[in-house]
Amino acid sequence: MRGLSRARLGLIGLVAVLAILPALAGNFTISLFNDIGLAALVVLGLVLLSGIGGTVSFGQAAFVGVAAYASAWFTLSLGFSPWLGLLFALAITGASALAIGVLTLRLGGPYLPMSTIAWGLSIALLFGNVEALGRHSGLSGIAPLALGPWKLVTSGSVYYLVWGLVGLAAAFSYCLLNSRIGRVIRALRGGSILLASVGADAGAVRLALFVLSALFAALAGWLYAHINRFVSPAPFSLHASIDYMFMMVSGGLAQLSGAVLGSGLVLLLKSALQDVLPLLTRRGSQIETLVFAVLFLLLLHHARAGVAGYLVRWQGELVRKPPDETSVDDDVPPLPRRALPVRGAPLLAAEGVTRNFGGLVAVNNVGFELRAGDILGLIGPNGAGKTTMFNLLSGTLPLSGGRIAFQGQDVTGKSQRSIARMGLARTFQHVKLRPQMSLLDNVALGAHARGRCGILQGGLALNRAEEARIFAEARRQLDRIGLGGREQELAGSLALGTQRLLEIARALATDPVLLILDEPAAGLRRQEKRDLADRLRRLRDEGITLLIVEHDMDFVMNLVDRLVVMNFGTKLFEGTPQEARADAGVRSAYLGHST
Amino acid sequence: MTWDVALILSIDGLASSAIYLLAGLGLVLIFSVTRVIFVPFGDIAAFSALTLAAFEAKKVPATIGLVGTLAALAVAAETISLIRQRAFARLPMAVAGWGVAPGIACALAWWAAGRDLSMPFAIGLTILLAMPMAPLVARLALKPIADASVLVLLIASLVLHFLLSGLGLLFFGPEGVRTQPLLGGSIAITDNFSVGLQVVLMVGAAAALSALFFLAFERTLAGKALRATAVNRVGARLVGIRPARTSLLAYGAASLLAGFVGVLISPVTTIYYDSGLLIGLKAFVAAIIGGLTSYPLTALGALAVGLVESFASFWSGALKDVIVFSLLIPVLILRSALSAHAEEEPEEIPS
Repeated sequence: MRGLSRARLGLIGLVAVLAILPALAGNFTISLFNDIGLAALVVLGLVLLSGIGGTVSFGQAAFVGVAAYASAWFTLSLGFSPWLGLLFALAITGASALAIGVLTLRLGGPYLPMSTIAWGLSIALLFGNVEALGRHSGLSGIAPLALGPWKLVTSGSVYYLVWGLVGLAAAFSYCLLNSRIGRVIRALRGGSILLASVGADAGAVRLALFVLSALFAALAGWLYAHINRFVSPAPFSLHASIDYMFMMVSGGLAQLSGAVLGSGLVLLLKSALQDVLPLLTRRGSQIETLVFAVLFLLLLHHARAGVAGYLVRWQGELVRKPPDETSVDDDVPPLPRRALPVRGAPLLAAEGVTRNFGGLVAVNNVGFELRAGDILGLIGPNGAGKTTMFNLLSGTLPLSGGRIAFQGQDVTGKSQRSIARMGLARTFQHVKLRPQMSLLDNVALGAHARGRCGILQGGLALNRAEEARIFAEARRQLDRIGLGGREQELAGSLALGTQRLLEIARALATDPVLLILDEPAAGLRRQEKRDLADRLRRLRDEGITLLIVEHDMDFVMNLVDRLVVMNFGTKLFEGTPQEARADAGVRSAYLGHST
Repeated sequence: MTWDVALILSIDGLASSAIYLLAGLGLVLIFSVTRVIFVPFGDIAAFSALTLAAFEAKKVPATIGLVGTLAALAVAAETISLIRQRAFARLPMAVAGWGVAPGIACALAWWAAGRDLSMPFAIGLTILLAMPMAPLVARLALKPIADASVLVLLIASLVLHFLLSGLGLLFFGPEGVRTQPLLGGSIAITDNFSVGLQVVLMVGAAAALSALFFLAFERTLAGKALRATAVNRVGARLVGIRPARTSLLAYGAASLLAGFVGVLISPVTTIYYDSGLLIGLKAFVAAIIGGLTSYPLTALGALAVGLVESFASFWSGALKDVIVFSLLIPVLILRSALSAHAEEEPEEIPS
């Protein structure tokens, strides 16, 4: 645990230095550190949103501005105290972020970041053109913050407030990332299909994250307005957003500590340049912009992991580990389980299922029934439509025709997420794991829909009991699939075959009624395949129903109770493996026609 | 608003549409071939306008120093990378392409500056100087990360805009310029309504250039290589189309368009060193209407952006940009509704 203690020592050292700074430094330095604290708040939100969540926003400075102007106007025009201004600023900024997020967050590719440029610019333009906000000259004479009779006017007096808020925001973010929602946040880059398969709503989490990052920016904006006691449009421009982006990348994209390191690094450098450049040239401020742009480009070229990236490498271990107390989990009450249907009861029924891609009919009028407690194999030559059928059954693709019933309910047209929450778990032909997350975290993600704790409970660390139960469940599933003892390895370091096993463990963590597996044996060695078949049989004996797409005939024939054979998108055959061996149609589909 | 006013606004809008059409074509061209949203496009257009103004004022355009510096840096970068690869045989070509070719343009401009130039000659020189700019900045800033994700490329491209506008301030200074109209006079359509010949020229030039680009894409081998790269990068590579060469071609062609944009816009709008961002972003709105791939829809988008901007400026000059950008929201929502499956593309920012 040497690495962890190093990280802890570093953190304690940083807090100690920050705590005694006002006693040692002059006003200028303290005021510089106040600026660093404000920037760190914004960048913290940006790390969560962009660095970890993968949603790039060039509009954070606009949110800072919305809050600064909101509180300034509220206290100046209506005469309320700055503390009420804080509530007002948070409300206005949160509402703007919610509105913008609902409108734009579904956009894919480069559209979303480009739209953030558009609204970021627009909001900054609005500040400069609204009469009530003082147009380009801004608003001045804003009330300072006050604690009872003490007015926090000097930079030294607000210093602890600023850094106290940075500390709270960082602690909140840290706890949030290690919570149930935090696992979804860290998995957002894996795409919404992965998340929907464990019953998580990627869109809702992304929206919440967007609002949260705006609220962090709002805190900074509110502090800015009441510390400087003057707001004008300039500090909230697109350029400022790029500066925040620079701080994030230089600190280390996906590291919370990078937010503080990056803002410190960039602002200290900026201050140093402002001291040095005027000595060399009269055009100091112009050169400063250029220097920063060049540095940012060099950073993107050579060191995208940032400062924290090097620190992590130096520590030689993962920064985010699941909380230690979860390792003792013998006396944790298990998560509640679903009642499994009676063996032999109809579980899944497909009727006339059809799917077209343009003119191509990938699945044509296929129907079959699956009874509880069976293992059904779905086989067929390449291009037979097996994976499409899979995606239709799990709700990943909408049907073009036909209907599907699951547990007696019509699920045609239902979302993948709601079908997953009904107890249908799946694995993927092209493995969808989060390579940078541990095995334990990956499997714990599977238990998402069995937990209740939201963002607030996660961020405030009120989720310990539930987390312990989730991790105990994840350990149980890892043991069940034969990966016990390897909890802390990274998923990306596993061989492909083992990754498939990990996906099965994650699917089991959802407490499924029906488990559908897409080529589970691909990439496994002979003995591993036998082990897997044994484990799958044991699952069936425990009452879980299985549907398997597989190419390895030995594996399938010895495992399944019944077979459905597809060819060219249609059902060719349904029956026992013995009957399939004898069937002439199946033979000719696999071996060619014998004429 | 009377019909006369509406007519005048429409004509104004049409003129801006011509600008956004050309800029939009350039953005789509670069994005489809390299996946880069080339934000600095507008800066190059602004520099081209500033260059033309300098020629008119019989001054040495600062662009010479800018292009010269970029070329020197590009030669250095190319030389280092070739020496590292031990590909010494390719050195002369690299120096000729990255150093000598832009150098000739600079030398020509240097010789001509301060003389009494005919307008077509000044315009030709301006465009010649604009031509190497996009390839040079792309070589320096974007080629080293050509394989990074779209988002990293976008961040880099945005930073590049700030770098270029910073250089613009340094080289050109903060003064705005407006050049002589290329064509004076107007055509009277009714008694109290006439269309300036400059507007006719802008629309005509935009139409002619787009037609030329269309022909080049459809009929030439280089155009087909560009289209192939846009459709499928890996596939194009497999049939022997070199991505480095097609990107160079795309940047060069876009730079040419940026040169024309600068020349066409400077007689009707005052251009500053930092006017480029808004031109580029509005063209981007037009390009998004075309889904960043379709040229005809981009033309339609340019028309919409130009008209909306013109009518918005009548309503509120200060807020016209806000209004144009809010046009983006319905378009983006429509786009994302139409391409529901495009989302499933995991993005990893760290290398």
